Amino acid sequence: MIQPSAYLLLSAILFGIGVVGVVARKNVLIILMSVELMLNGVNVAFVAAGSYLGDATGGIFAFMVMTVAAAEAAVGLALLIALYRLKETIDITELRILKW
Amino acid sequence: MVNGILDYLWLVPALPLVGVVVNGLLALFAERPLLLKEAGLPLPGGSHGSSTHGTSVSPSHADPTSHGHGGGSHGHHGTPMYRKLVALIAPGVIGASFVVALLCVLSLAARPAEGRTFVQILFPWIQAGSFLAPVGFQLDPLSSVMALVVTGVGFLIHVYSVGYMSHERAFARYFVYLNLFMFAMLTLVMANNYLLMFVGWEGVGLCSYLLIGFWYEKQSAADAGKKAFVVNRIGDFGFLLAMFLIFWTFGTVSYTEVFAKVPALSNSGVLTTGLATAITLLMFVGATGKSAQIPLYVWLPDAMEGPTPVSALIHAATMVTAGVYMVARSSGLFLLAPDTMMVVAVVGAATAIFSATIGICQTDIKRVLAYSTVSQLGYMFLACGVGAFTAGIFHLMTHAFFKALLFLGSGSVIHALSGEQDMQRMGGLRKYIPITFFTMFIATLAIAGIPGLSGFFSKDEILWQSFSSGHGSPVFWAVAAAAAGITAFYMFRLVFLTFFGESRMDPEVARHVHESPWTMTLPLSILAVLSVIGGWIGIPAVLGGSNHFEHWLAPVFHPAAAATAHGVAAAGAHGAAAGAHHSAVLEIGLMALSVGIALCGIGLAYFLYRVRTGKPEEIARNWPTLYRAVYNKYYIDEFYEWAVVRRIVNGSVWLWEMFDALLVDGIVNGVADLVRAAGDRVRRLQGGVVGGYAFSLLAGAVLLVGYILYRSMIQ
Repeated sequence: MIQPSAYLLLSAILFGIGVVGVVARKNVLIILMSVELMLNGVNVAFVAAGSYLGDATGGIFAFMVMTVAAAEAAVGLALLIALYRLKETIDITELRILKW
Repeated sequence: MVNGILDYLWLVPALPLVGVVVNGLLALFAERPLLLKEAGLPLPGGSHGSSTHGTSVSPSHADPTSHGHGGGSHGHHGTPMYRKLVALIAPGVIGASFVVALLCVLSLAARPAEGRTFVQILFPWIQAGSFLAPVGFQLDPLSSVMALVVTGVGFLIHVYSVGYMSHERAFARYFVYLNLFMFAMLTLVMANNYLLMFVGWEGVGLCSYLLIGFWYEKQSAADAGKKAFVVNRIGDFGFLLAMFLIFWTFGTVSYTEVFAKVPALSNSGVLTTGLATAITLLMFVGATGKSAQIPLYVWLPDAMEGPTPVSALIHAATMVTAGVYMVARSSGLFLLAPDTMMVVAVVGAATAIFSATIGICQTDIKRVLAYSTVSQLGYMFLACGVGAFTAGIFHLMTHAFFKALLFLGSGSVIHALSGEQDMQRMGGLRKYIPITFFTMFIATLAIAGIPGLSGFFSKDEILWQSFSSGHGSPVFWAVAAAAAGITAFYMFRLVFLTFFGESRMDPEVARHVHESPWTMTLPLSILAVLSVIGGWIGIPAVLGGSNHFEHWLAPVFHPAAAATAHGVAAAGAHGAAAGAHHSAVLEIGLMALSVGIALCGIGLAYFLYRVRTGKPEEIARNWPTLYRAVYNKYYIDEFYEWAVVRRIVNGSVWLWEMFDALLVDGIVNGVADLVRAAGDRVRRLQGGVVGGYAFSLLAGAVLLVGYILYRSMIQ
């Protein structure tokens, strides 16, 4: 039996890697993937907590998050393609016209 | 129906209001489109139906000649239907109002003397806590005199106006204002409480403004209207404060309740002499504004910019006497305040002689009469100030007759001379306009105080009371008698310059001189009769009369005098009481003396303007400073301009710059500047770099979670 804290540690590591990816990378595709990583980090925490507490709600929420993540990925990628067609770049630092 | 005709008392002020509505509709829908078309202006969008009618289907488009012709020939032939209607309705409603008022007064007179106060409450108007101000009318001897004078003289002036204004294009508008004035004036004199009186008070002020500025295209007329309005506001402020004090003291504003409470409250010490003095002084401030007394008289001479019948009705016979009426109405309070009585008498006497001297040098026929009006109003206040309210009201009535006649006569002269008002360009008019001359001459005799005519009885009553009453003194008598002499002088100067001697008219004007139509001469004649016999109801006992007028007003003024007899010495020193202290010989002697002074004035006028016509100019040359001072009205207007108007304007500019521009605008603009500056800083956070946003999101989340953790740890 692995300690629940190990799962939570894994979850935190995954989430942290995702955060760093979102904040530090310039490639929009990578950023989207990092977001997925964060979501899955959360999923690990949900499932671990559900299993530890003997409650199915954690698992159900993990599926819920996956569904949302799938939808988000679909919309995000579609937006990305449209953006690439328009700007011919997926470098986030060059996409900065939306400001004062 | 128990009160008979008195139940219809409300008709007296209501009938003129009907005239206002009907004439107003005619003015709006019949006259205004016509005037706008003549001026070549488009109709405003409001009356869309008639607008298309007026511009596209109008005969002026179909027939170009009719346009120019229609404008010029307005008054001469083909009088529009609506003008005939207005000319019928406007005097008609006033005449009807007069008839109702007369019947009501007759019905009142049939009652015993103590029961001659009829109050008709129509409906509650303002109700707030213990405060109740109903719309109600009161008919008692005092208000019946006022109502009869207002409606009677008003009716004659309305009839006169039909003739005088026949060449006027804004005919209906004029009569709307005039009817509205009658409504307001009747509300003023017949109200049963101070608040409703104030409504009428403000209403007549408004109509005065509208009618002075009737020819608003003329700058001087517009300015004069504004001046009258502003000066009157100063007085109204005093009246308002007086009203607040009355409510504060008595808890009511109804005349009957206030004066019923006066004895009890003054006995119990609530109504101290100081409080009574404050109330009455503030009231008197209102009276000086409305009745053109020193120091607020300056608007009245300028008010002569209005049409002459307006000067006769508003600025001589009725509205300007409202102050006298108010003082007389509040006699119960005034008698409690000897200081105020002194002030009233002094201001009245000073005004009487001061404005009389100005009248000597004026050359504009209406301005002479205006200063004469101010002077005569001074007499009325002098009478009130010495406690002879009856004499004041008596003079108010006779003055309404002869001064209205003088103004209407001067209007007839001006009408005959196609608008000329300068007496230096008149002369010899006696044979051209005999009716006007004759009636005006009677009025001049009356105002000069020639025995037998109305002015003699009322003026002499005032002179006698100012000498003999408890509040009077020989000084008042001397000043008033001197003013009477000056009055006789300048009035005869006016008559001699206008009607006698060589004609000094422009030849062009002289060709068109004509006697006025019957609508103008008939009112003149009736007023001339009244100017003669109007005084006969108040012949003093010493001359064998019985002074019906004093007996009639006694129920109003004598209870007041009796109520205060405990505190104020000799408050009730009216005619009969005074007779006990002074002999009839003295009264007759003073009478003869004042008549002698008046005859001296007439003689001097005859000498200067008939015998030695070069003499006045010589006098003016010999005393240039004095002459210029009097001719320029002692530079009072200039002094006010410098001492008051400039100061207020400068003060307003200072307030505007310091408070409005600096403080208020500063706060508003400062807030805006602050927000802008802050926004300028904050907007730099929105750099457009997604990574930055993500980082701030993260930082926020970390801070939040950290805070929650910190909270849970310290617990």
